[in-house]
Parts: sequence; C-alpha cells; structure tokens
Amino acid sequence: MATVPTTVDAAGLSWGPRALLRRLRSGDEVARLITLIFALVVVLLTVLLVYQLWVNSAEARHRFGLSFLWNTTWDPVANRFGALTFVYGTLVTSALGLLIAVPLGLGAAIFLAELAPRRLSDNLTFLIDLLAAVPSVIYGLLGVFILVPIMRTEIQPALKRAFGFTPLFQGPVYGIGLLTAGLVLAVMIVPFIISVSREVLLAVPGDQREAALALGATRWEATWKAVVPYARTGIMGSVFLALARALGETMAVTMVIGNNPTISSSLFSPGYSIAAVLANEFSEATGNLYLSALIELGLVLFLLTFVLNGLARLLIVLTTARGSGVAQA
Amino acid sequence: MNPRMLWRKSINVLMLSLTGLCALVAVSVLFFILGYLVYHGGRDVNWNFFTQLPKPVGESGGGMANAIVGSGKVLLLAALFGVPVGLLGGVYLAEFGGRAIPFVVRYTADLLNGVPSIVIGIFAYAVAVMPVHHFSTLAGGFALGVMMIPIVLRSTEEFLHAVPRAMREGAMALGASKWRTISSVVLPAASRGILTAALLALARVAGETAPLLFTAFGNRYWSPGWGQPISSLPVMIYTYAVGPYEDWHQQAWAAGLVLLGLVLVTNIVVRTVLSRGGSPQRS
Repeated sequence: MATVPTTVDAAGLSWGPRALLRRLRSGDEVARLITLIFALVVVLLTVLLVYQLWVNSAEARHRFGLSFLWNTTWDPVANRFGALTFVYGTLVTSALGLLIAVPLGLGAAIFLAELAPRRLSDNLTFLIDLLAAVPSVIYGLLGVFILVPIMRTEIQPALKRAFGFTPLFQGPVYGIGLLTAGLVLAVMIVPFIISVSREVLLAVPGDQREAALALGATRWEATWKAVVPYARTGIMGSVFLALARALGETMAVTMVIGNNPTISSSLFSPGYSIAAVLANEFSEATGNLYLSALIELGLVLFLLTFVLNGLARLLIVLTTARGSGVAQA
Repeated sequence: MNPRMLWRKSINVLMLSLTGLCALVAVSVLFFILGYLVYHGGRDVNWNFFTQLPKPVGESGGGMANAIVGSGKVLLLAALFGVPVGLLGGVYLAEFGGRAIPFVVRYTADLLNGVPSIVIGIFAYAVAVMPVHHFSTLAGGFALGVMMIPIVLRSTEEFLHAVPRAMREGAMALGASKWRTISSVVLPAASRGILTAALLALARVAGETAPLLFTAFGNRYWSPGWGQPISSLPVMIYTYAVGPYEDWHQQAWAAGLVLLGLVLVTNIVVRTVLSRGGSPQRS
C-alpha cells in the first residue's frame, strides 16, 4: 500500500534533531514503533515455537537419530520409540480423505463457480463456510455414534463382499479404523477444497470459456477442457492446503481411528495417527525420554504441514495472480 | 442430430448434474450434523445443563456449568492476547510497513496459521505448563490466543487496505498526523470488518479441543482464579464421548449441540449483520 506523503513525512526526510523531535511529538514514530513491536511478536512466537519443538525433542533425537522415522516399535515401558506406525496411519487416512474429498469438492466447486446462478451460488457458499466452522470434536462425536455403527453393520460388510479379494478390504470389521477415519477426514476437508477451488475457478478469465464455447464445445467440455486446466495449479494448491489440514487433524481422527499402533494392509484395521497419539498420551507421558519422543512426533508433524502449506500457497498465488493479471490486461 | 453430438450432449448433461449432486451432498452434511445433534442432544439441553456441575459417575443428571464458564474464561484470555497483537500488527503491515519486514511477518503469520492445533498445544505446554509444572487456565488461553493472532492480523491488514485512499488524504489535508489519521479515520472506517474478523477467529478457536488437552486440561469442579486446570466445552465433549457411560454420551450430545449452536449463531450473525454493507468480504 503506497502511503500518502505528508508534510510531516516530508519534514522527516531531513534528519535533523528538530525534525526528529517534531515527528516524535506528533506520535508517528511512537506509533510506528509500537505497531512494529506487535507485528514482530508474530515472528517471535513462530520462531519460539520451532525452537521449543527442537530443544524439547533433543533427548529423543540424540537417542534414536533418524531411525526414529522408520522404527515401528512404540514401547513406553521399554523406552523404545519409533514413529513409523503413526506416520503410516497419518498418511493413509489423509490419502483416503483426499481420494474421496477431491472429486466431491471439485465437482461442487465447478457447480458453484460455473453453473449455479449468482444468488444460489452465494447462498450455498455461505452454507459451505458454516460447514468449515463446525468444530472437529463435533465431527468426532458424529463419527463415533453415527458413522461407526453404520460402517460396521452396512458399509464395511458390503465392501468386503464386493472387494474382499484384495488385501485392502480383508480382516475383521470393527467399524472404527483407517477407512472410517479417512471418511471423516474427507467430510471435514471438503469445505476447504470447495471454497478455495471456487475462488480459483472464478478468477479464470471469461475469454477462456467463451473461446471454447465459440468453437462449439458443450458447457461441460468448455468447463473441463478450457476452464479447469487453466485453474489447475490453484486447484492443486487447494488440495495441498486440504492435505495439510488433514495431516494435522486431531480430535475427529482420534475418536474413530481405533488408536492401535500397527501397520496392516487392510483399511478395516484400527490404526493410529501422529496427532492422535499426541492427544492420547501427551498429558500422561511419564519420563523425559517418553515426553521428548512425543514432542519429536510433533516436530515431524509440524515439518510435514510446513512443507505442504508452503507449496499450497505458492500454487494458489501463482494461479490467482496470473488469472487476475490476464483479466485486467 | 448425429450420434456423436447426442453422445456429447448426454455427457454434458450427465456431468453437469453430477457437479450439482456434489454440491448438494456437501451442503447436506451441515443439515445432517445439525439434525443428529438436535435429535440426540435436544432433550438434555435444559436448565440443569447450564447451572449444575457434572454429577459423579453413576448418578444421572447434572450439567456442565463449569465447562461453559471455563470456555468463557479461556476465550476471554485468548481474545485479550490474540486481538491486540493481531490488530496492531495488522496496522503495522497496512500502514507503516516497508518491504522486508511485512514480507517476513506475513510469511510467518501464514506459517503459524497452518500449524496443526495439536502442535500449538505442545508449544503452549512447553512455554506455559512445563516451567510451572501444572496445567492452568492461562496456558489454555495462551494456546488459543496464538491460534487467533494470524487470523486477526491478516484480516485487519486486508480491511485496512480496503479503506479508500481519499479518506486518508482528506484527514491529512486537514493537518492530522499519520497516527491521528489512522486512529480516528482509518481504523473506525474498517472497524466493522475488524470486529467481524475478531469474532470469527474467536468462534473458530472456541471449538478447538486439541490445544486445550494438555494446557487447560480439564476439571470436574469450578476452577477459581487463572492458575488451575479448567474445564471447557470441547474437552468435555471429547472426554464424555469416548467415555464408557451412557449418561456421559447423552451429556456429550447436549454439549455438542450447545457448542455448535454458539459457533453457528456467531458465524451467521457476524457474516450477515456485521459484514453487510461494510468493508468487502473475502469469501
């Protein structure tokens, strides 16, 4: 934002003591300094966060080194800690969530951005925004009492009958487990995919669509072959953003994943995620090494989401900037 | 019409209706959630729920008065910490910033915004619980405050940018200093937007459970002062939902209904009343 030059600022260009005094008296320098301090608090907090995660996980990092990442044992009694089962559970549930949420979210975003009349689109987007505001513990509540029984009695047996020959859908049916957690995650991240994708799609210049229509494309062909590819990068961004949320999602996953640190090929089997083990064991961790291993898990989770968020923002900025740039030209 | 055209037309209709179906499914989830909560929890949201303490295990009845007050106290602390930092930081970004510092601040704010809430919980634990060796209301408020800061900061900046430049120039033409211009012209003009953002941020952290699990912890009784473990609605919902007792499950549904009601009503009121006719809204 370009600031407006003023007499006060102009006086400030000459760095005499009197000019400085005048600027101090007018309060501008004081105000700048105070607001600067508050702005730097944000930076300070973030640096402190990384520092605390790093320092407090030192004991586990020294003890286990990089093998922490691929060791599958998690035994607080024997003081042996490895993260692989949790990383596996986190990645599998998030991948499942994306697999369901991306087509659904993209479809809804296309409807809202391309097809629906403006009023309907705005009203539906309002509802989607409300959906994004629902606390995750509420999703967990519905997951435990509504979704889990349905999964156990209806969906999982049906999947087993249809796809039981693959290793993915074998084994006993509990209701809780990786598949259920993935499903809950999907429902939770759909609103984010919709609202970001819709914005990206709306930023696609109209020429793109009209050119395709003028060549005789149907509405769907224009959307799918001219508009969506144009917004591809931004849509990828929304997917990464959603993935980062899914990886860090705690409560809903903790309540339905089964909290069992095993790696099994079946999606029906109970699993465990990084966030879930933190929620369950952190306040009860006895011993420094145990606590430090948990904090190292937090560090791993932080790094995962950090990388994904960075990528996501880059992609979204790239597309929306390009879109609006072309629209203005 | 030749068969090729017919094929393309039918694909068109099929896919377009599918996208409509996707939107319908996504939106209907909201009504499912509301419906189930009202159906299961509606009965138990009564006078006792708001005025009584939780009963010991095995006795039915009781309420969550302490959790409601607890949530209020933690949120008050969060707002006291998060809003000033976010607001003044946002003023710096929009009004005073040069090039390098705002870039760094914006970048770290976005980074902080993306940190999983459970990791914020670990941070608050390390900063506010480990040194004093006990869980406290303060630690919970700190954790939620940290989560509020980036949201308030970025929206304050955005709403300040939306204030027309002519208003600034008008004030300065009258001889007002820069700070005077900001405090008595620019900030009031953006106040509705900033209030909207602060309330939405508050509504968002009000439902956060993970950062409170090992900062505010929980408490089955009242928590006097600010230095002791305190109960909150989201943590109560979690504890009661995963607990083994039927009574607890009933109470969890009731608490879920109350929490969702608070969050949704805040969102609806703020989005429809406050943001209307005011500053531009992002979404």
